[in-house]
Amino acid sequence: MSKSVILKSSIAKKYWMAFTGLFLCLFLVGHLLGNLQLFYAGEEGRRAFNEYAYFMQHNLLIKVMSYVTYLSILFHAIDGLLLAFQNKKARPVQYAMNKASANSSSASRQMALLGSIILIFIATHMVNFWGKMHFGEIPLHTLTKAVNVPISQDPNTGQIVKADIEFSYFLTTNGEYKQYAYKDPKTKLFESQMEVREETKLFDKNSNLEVAEGYKDLHSVVMGFFGKSANGNDVNELAWLAVLLYTISMAVLSFHLMHGFASAFQTLGLRHPRYTAIIKNVGMGFAIIVPAAFAAIPLYIFFK
Amino acid sequence: MSILDSKIPSGELNQKWSSYKDHIRLVNPANKRNIDIIVVGTGLAGGSASAALAELGYNVKSFCFQDSPRRAHSIAAQGGINAAKNYQGDGDSVFRLFYDTVKGGDYRAREANVYRLAEVSASIIDQCVAQGVPFAREYGGLLDNRSFGGSQVSRTFYAKGQTGQQLLLGAYSAMSRQIGKGKIQMYNRHEMLDLVLVDGKARGIIARNLVTGSLERFSAHAVVIASGGYGNVFYLSTNAMGSNVSAAWKVHKKGAYFANPCYTQIHPTCIPVSGDHQSKLTLMSESLRNDGRIWVPKNLEDSKAIREGRMKPTDITDENKDFFLERRYPAFGNLVPRDVASRAAKERCDAGFGVNTTGEAVYLDFASAIERYGREKARMNHDGEASIEIIMDLGAEVVKAKYGNLFQMYYKIVDQDPYKTPMMIYPAVHYTMGGVWVDYNLMTTITGCYATGEANFSDHGANRLGASALMQGLADGYFVLPYTIADYLADDIRTGKISTDLPEFVQTENDVKANIERLMNIKGTKTVDYFHKRLGKIMWDKVGMARNAEGLNWAIAEIQKLREEFYSNVRIPGTVDSFNPELDKANRVCDFLELGELMAKDALDREESCGGHFREEHQTEEGEAQRNDDKYAYVAAWEYTGKPSEAILHKEALVFDNIKLVQRSYK
Amino acid sequence: MKLTLKIWRQSGPNDKGQIVTYPIDNIEGDMSFLDMMDVLNEELIVKGEDPVAFDHDCREGICGMCSLFINGEAHGPDRAITTCQLHMRKFSDGETIYIEPWRAKAFPVIKDLVVDRGALDRVMASGGFVSVNTSGNTVDANAIPISKIDADKAFEAATCIGCGACVASCVNASAMLFVSAKVSQLALLPQGKIEATERVLNMVRTMDEEGFGNCTNTGACAVECPKEISLDNIARMNREYFKAMLTSE
Ligand SMILES: Cc1cc2nc3c(=O)[nH]c(=O)nc-3n(C[C@H](O)[C@H](O)[C@H](O)COP(=O)(O)OP(=O)(O)OC[C@H]3O[C@@H](n4cnc5c(N)ncnc54)[C@H](O)[C@@H]3O)c2cc1C
Ligand code: HEM
Ligand code: SF4
Ligand code: FES
Repeated sequence: MSKSVILKSSIAKKYWMAFTGLFLCLFLVGHLLGNLQLFYAGEEGRRAFNEYAYFMQHNLLIKVMSYVTYLSILFHAIDGLLLAFQNKKARPVQYAMNKASANSSSASRQMALLGSIILIFIATHMVNFWGKMHFGEIPLHTLTKAVNVPISQDPNTGQIVKADIEFSYFLTTNGEYKQYAYKDPKTKLFESQMEVREETKLFDKNSNLEVAEGYKDLHSVVMGFFGKSANGNDVNELAWLAVLLYTISMAVLSFHLMHGFASAFQTLGLRHPRYTAIIKNVGMGFAIIVPAAFAAIPLYIFFK
Repeated sequence: MSILDSKIPSGELNQKWSSYKDHIRLVNPANKRNIDIIVVGTGLAGGSASAALAELGYNVKSFCFQDSPRRAHSIAAQGGINAAKNYQGDGDSVFRLFYDTVKGGDYRAREANVYRLAEVSASIIDQCVAQGVPFAREYGGLLDNRSFGGSQVSRTFYAKGQTGQQLLLGAYSAMSRQIGKGKIQMYNRHEMLDLVLVDGKARGIIARNLVTGSLERFSAHAVVIASGGYGNVFYLSTNAMGSNVSAAWKVHKKGAYFANPCYTQIHPTCIPVSGDHQSKLTLMSESLRNDGRIWVPKNLEDSKAIREGRMKPTDITDENKDFFLERRYPAFGNLVPRDVASRAAKERCDAGFGVNTTGEAVYLDFASAIERYGREKARMNHDGEASIEIIMDLGAEVVKAKYGNLFQMYYKIVDQDPYKTPMMIYPAVHYTMGGVWVDYNLMTTITGCYATGEANFSDHGANRLGASALMQGLADGYFVLPYTIADYLADDIRTGKISTDLPEFVQTENDVKANIERLMNIKGTKTVDYFHKRLGKIMWDKVGMARNAEGLNWAIAEIQKLREEFYSNVRIPGTVDSFNPELDKANRVCDFLELGELMAKDALDREESCGGHFREEHQTEEGEAQRNDDKYAYVAAWEYTGKPSEAILHKEALVFDNIKLVQRSYK
Repeated sequence: MKLTLKIWRQSGPNDKGQIVTYPIDNIEGDMSFLDMMDVLNEELIVKGEDPVAFDHDCREGICGMCSLFINGEAHGPDRAITTCQLHMRKFSDGETIYIEPWRAKAFPVIKDLVVDRGALDRVMASGGFVSVNTSGNTVDANAIPISKIDADKAFEAATCIGCGACVASCVNASAMLFVSAKVSQLALLPQGKIEATERVLNMVRTMDEEGFGNCTNTGACAVECPKEISLDNIARMNREYFKAMLTSE
């Protein structure tokens, strides 16, 4: 088996497209399941989401899978564009009159265009979330709660005086909310005993020891990006645009998959009179449901 | 008149070929590499020959005028190919196939050739299956057969209605393999315009590159003409638009005798002519007569009503239909040979019973076959009480599986659904039994020049049986020529490459060039097609299904006049040195204009009716063809002397040692 | 019927070419499309103009020579037919009809509507055969039974007429349908299985070298194919190629 066959032949290139494409479909499912947690309201939802994000970043298996995903996207995109480039060359002179709609779906003819839009989307998407998550400044998941605590004893009555003091907690990876600061009722300033180092590590200021690790608060970044202030995060002023572009991108993905899903099976030779109709229907369902579910999330956040 | 030497080997009929093969000279493999062979034509005859010769080691140069060898008109053959396999156990044998073919040809074919054909027929099927030709099969996985006209056994192998296509693609595959190996040099879009003789031997050809227009010389140690039939002399025929006589005619003019030009097969089941602008007729395979019943209305009024559109064929009950073939020929019914079926249809139409607006059509009706198959199918589905609609639907499915592509073709052309209403059919020119005279070795009267397939005259006498042309083409190319040509080439192992700079090549090329320039310089006012159509009309009216002395004489005079007019008034646009289809056509039509005259002359000379040649003066009281074996049991081979009118007749007497000549009867 | 024809005219391979408009009248529904082209050419010749060159031969839908891209579709608007089987009844009075050659890098224009499809022959020569010599001594044709289902499928694939409409209709000018039809036919039959591995590798390699595009499974080819060659064949070739790629030495 010569290398040139596996990389260069038109059909082998197509196998790569199909394998990577189907793998990306799997990835989409995984990604979607995670994202769906954004529908989960309140601190519970926030916590679940951030824990999930942490898990995704730290589990070895997931890490491997994510590298496969990056490679797949890269390979899929490069190979796809290469194929598309060759295909353009295969017809140097265009028809003056071409009724292609009579014989094929426009999605099937525009895979490269659709794919390129998806690529741009993926790039911006990664800058916005993945990049921030990995390299950017993301505040940690903190919680500030007013707790009615005794602050002093009435010297006269001996009564315990309570007051609502705002405490701040870090959500830590061992699953507890670790208090780290409180708001001095007099100075109205937060007094912190802990310090964050290396993005997520929590150090006790006094002992200089690492006491726990915090979670990055991706949830709030997302909320803010799509126009929702929940935990004092910054709110994206162009959230409407982000939501719009996200939704459009998902529509594009939908078209890509309407053709792509079933097409991949054809490419791999998985065609049979009994099953092809099923594959097509599943593909259609997949192509509609998955991107629609993705798109529903920012819409939900934005309009909630 | 000289006696032609057909070089038939001596010995018992069934021993001739095997003992011949045992004793011919061979060319050893090393020497084959030094020998070039030109094959003009890539149909079944030429394609199979090119492949087989290249496999043996010869250097083959193949020519076709189309853009690919796969497009030769053999591709259009529909019905099937005969072979004496006796897979059906219905009594078939080599002798019976031989006998049927000679009888079907109305006893005007050479016994030894036909016997050899029948002998090798079985190998053809084996070879084709080995090449991957997907013949129709039965559920058990074995090959299926159907019946064809003129025989009482089922010996026809088929691939739906596309048998010729599948066989040709088999030969083309075999050629492709050799092209890939470089053993065949393929010259597509090249038209042979003359034969080059060196020392009286065929040593090359001049061909025009149809893309660039340039004339090119090609040399070889032998030249094989496999350029197909000349039915297009009638303009309208079932042949392809480009089918022509030029290659055959050019060798004729160089000294090869042309045999039995008047034997033309008019096929009974073609889609009728619809209008003046029609360029071509479409065959509906003879295999349809397995299941279709041919009829016209019994009553003249009904025919008239149908012609005027007041009545539909489905309105007529069976009692009022005249199934004229079943009536006249009860033993063979709808499966009588083609010549008989065609004349019977013409007779009914001439008598006023014809249908279609033109009155020139009869019906080919599948209703009863559809019903019969439908009932069978319903029984198999355990649906004894199926309604007639369901039965007809089931039956239509069976018919579709057998002839789907033909029905679709009909539907697209006529715009009527043959599952619902009977097909209209009418006879049309289909095949030419006549052709270049060849001996038992398939060599023409020019040394080193061979002719195979429809281009030669050899195996079908005065009428070809269905499914026999494919058999002959492949037999010639795969199994006969490779032996016989070796015997000749054994003398050439020391000749070496033949130079195309020889004066003979230069001279021939100059002649061709002069001829083309003459045509281009006429710059008249009428198109090539105009002349071709007029020639076709003369031929169809007077040299067609029924001929008589008066008409033939008239035709000869008319053709001569037309030829003169052509040379003074034809208009060919474009230039010589470019892609110029009009010039290609003109080159072909000038040869048809000469051939047509020779055909009429031959028909006039043959004072009898036999097979496809029907002289009105010679018929029985019942209107059947009347042969005259005492005077005309010969092959008429014409020698060219400068003008068709002055062609010299040579007779090859036909000797029948194994078959008794009787009046053909299919009653 | 009165029609306006917009025809691609190109005097030779090096000419740039352009669409030229020709009005035509008195066309009847029963005429075939090529009969109509004949009428046009007769008129042009009589007027002293250069007739339109187009390929054709059998005029009954089997030789695969005719090859016109009519109104934006290979072999015109009707289905399961070739250009020569298209009849004028499919058009209506006053209609404008675009007539163009097959467009593909692998099919250079020779003149007007005539293209060079030699690439398809070269693909065939690289493997579209069973390597069996002619001897008359191969096994008896019935020695190897072949299931009717496979034989019928092989036949259906084998009905490809090599017209190139698949290439012409494909956005990518891919020849996969043509190539897969031959690969399938021979892969389905025991006689062809023996060389299946080399065949598919070689034919696909030649296909790629000839400059055809890559299949994106748009399915346009199968819709426009006059012989209704099915996409099943492409899937089968993809399987065959996969097997071959992994197992060839
Ligand atoms: C519609 C139709 C249906 C038929 N059905 C059957 C059937 O069912 N069974 C049967 O047995 N027979 C049938 N026949 C008859 C049979 O198909 C032909 O007789 C046979 O195929 C002829 O084969 P061939 O090789 O001699 O010629 P062709 O196949 O006609 O090939 C001729 C070749 O010669 C080339 N050529 C011609 N002139 C030149 C030139 N000047 N220069 C260069 N090349 C040239 C052409 O390019 C072509 O390659 C049918 C015929 C027709 C027309
Ligand atoms: C999540 C993202 C993506 C998924 C799930 C996906 C999925 C698929 C699938 C399943 C196919 C069908 C493969 C086949 O026909 O065999 C396909 C084809 C294609 N994809 Fe993607 N894709 C994605 C992103 C991209 C990107 C970023 C590009 C970049 C340009 C791209 C370009 C293409 C092209 C050009 C094709 C057609 C290839 C062909 O059929 O030859 N895709 N995709
Ligand atoms: S697959 Fe169909 S469209 Fe393509 S060449 Fe064959 S017959 Fe023509
Ligand atoms: S001319 Fe032969 S298929 Fe159209």
